Amino acid sequence: MWLPDNVPPMRWLGILIVAVFYALHQDFWFWKSARPLVFGFLPIGLFYHVVYMLASAAVLWFLVRFFWPSHLDK
Amino acid sequence: MIPAIVVFLYLGVVLYIGIFAFRRARGKSSAEDYFLAGRSLGPAVFLFSLFGANMTAFSILGASGHAFANGIVTFGLMASSSALVIPLALFVIGTRLWSLGKRHGFMTPVQMFRDRWECGHIGTVIFAVQAVLLVPYIVIAVMGGGTTLRTISGGMIPFWLGGAIVSLVVMGYVFFGGMRGTAWVNTFQSILFLMFGAVAVAVIAAGMGGFRTAMESLLAAPSTAPLLSRERVSPWYFLSYTFIPLSSIAFPHIGIFCLTARKLTHFRKTIVLYPICMLAIWLPSVFLGVVANQATTVPAIKAKVEARAQLASQGAQLSPAERDRLRGQAAGDDVILRLLEGYAPLWLASLLGASVMAAVMASDSQILALSTMFTEDVFAFYGGKARFGEAIQVQTGRLFIVIFTLVAYVIALRLPQSIFDLATQYSFAGFSSLAPLLVAALFWKGSTRWGALASTLWTAMAVLSIAVLQSTVPAPPPGTVVSVLSIAGAQAVTRVTTGTLVFGLLPVVPMTIMSALLMVIVSKLTGATRPGKETLARYFSKEGL
Repeated sequence: MWLPDNVPPMRWLGILIVAVFYALHQDFWFWKSARPLVFGFLPIGLFYHVVYMLASAAVLWFLVRFFWPSHLDK
Repeated sequence: MIPAIVVFLYLGVVLYIGIFAFRRARGKSSAEDYFLAGRSLGPAVFLFSLFGANMTAFSILGASGHAFANGIVTFGLMASSSALVIPLALFVIGTRLWSLGKRHGFMTPVQMFRDRWECGHIGTVIFAVQAVLLVPYIVIAVMGGGTTLRTISGGMIPFWLGGAIVSLVVMGYVFFGGMRGTAWVNTFQSILFLMFGAVAVAVIAAGMGGFRTAMESLLAAPSTAPLLSRERVSPWYFLSYTFIPLSSIAFPHIGIFCLTARKLTHFRKTIVLYPICMLAIWLPSVFLGVVANQATTVPAIKAKVEARAQLASQGAQLSPAERDRLRGQAAGDDVILRLLEGYAPLWLASLLGASVMAAVMASDSQILALSTMFTEDVFAFYGGKARFGEAIQVQTGRLFIVIFTLVAYVIALRLPQSIFDLATQYSFAGFSSLAPLLVAALFWKGSTRWGALASTLWTAMAVLSIAVLQSTVPAPPPGTVVSVLSIAGAQAVTRVTTGTLVFGLLPVVPMTIMSALLMVIVSKLTGATRPGKETLARYFSKEGL
């Protein structure tokens, strides 16, 4: 209903990648710990989310590279 | 006085940019040119102006203030979730808005809704709700301008004059430059933000003798150690914050910005680089906000830390008025400013002043969006364009900018800021709750105008209810909860220090889910009112989207 009838399998792969990445935002494993301090001053919970943002750029590059809606430009 | 001179130089530069854009556009009197820069923005200006439109005063000042009080959790709550959700929304929804705008000449999201659902007055209702949710930001910006100029000038410029100067400058470059001027100013402001963050961190680190010692000291003290982890926040609360960035694409000024790119491919760099730009601004803001807790050699910061400690230890015994006073004293929105006062040379403090002005002036694109919406969704829709022509339509848009800025200025002088702080706090939730409209319009054939109306009215009612609740139930002391509504023994709605929670979640979660459900249920019930085949073909066929 919410997706077109003919969703190509590749698009499901894109949706799966986004869903997994969205779930990775909820990093309960560093919830109560500040240590180790990465580089001596970045609490691990903060460092994780810095890396998460860099990885977001990589995921978005992947989506843009392989799932670009070029048909919209016609 | 030097910081004030630098800020005035900055204001002069942005005003000139607007006038320069006006000269560049001479001879082009179409509404599309004025309101959308003729859909001609290049990749760099598109990236920086879209990013700048999303970065409000909150990104620099509010983020560091939140981190000062709540610690590193601020970064995960507001920055990293937005870094994924906002560019993803641009990828999935923004590109489609651009395509539809290019093909059918849409200039606002409401025009697309009216076409998609074959509705007229329901579009006007959506316009009204969007406009009401947007107005508080503009009033807050006037207030921020007045406060910032008063602080930077050491009190020489009073609040009313500071607000008037900032309003006139913003009105000036939006009035003359339209979207082209606004986009160029936003680009200039974004570059200023991006440069400022790294420099501020380096200078303050040097001033504090490095961050390692500061971090170890924070960890050693029981009152500050929790700031470096997320133990004070529940995972559900953390998760609920990921709904907030859905608001971005539903904000009309962001939707309208999506229509300004010259080519679809300009979205590519914007989408990929967006998280990097966010990182460059938010990491310094949050990190410095946390570190400020250790900068008690700065008298203003010491006073904040003491006020917070008093609030925590004696909060329950204090009157609500006394609690509010202490809360205001402990507020950390100016901690970066105070850190720079304490550790940075004058030249950097001056540049900061300009950056702060850039942040509080981010209302430009919102004023222009309101003007575009008014002239397209109301003036043109109800016959003004057909009757008076396009040139008059553009002049009407300019007149709207002048009148609206004056009204916002008068409101800013007469009403207390707390009202607008509250309104902006929940208008993010309101726009997230309007996001299902865009998803349904673009991806679900079965959606109807009545579903859209139900979602819109629900959003308006929910925002209003929370505003009334928070106005009538005062904020309790930190760490305590006031139960407002219980269902079967469970606390359904609670009032906490920072706002309102629904089953422990931010209100944005039930608001957005209910909005989506209403869209589905009401659309199913009113399936007979689906648009005709021709309309659906524009959105769902191979030739369409």
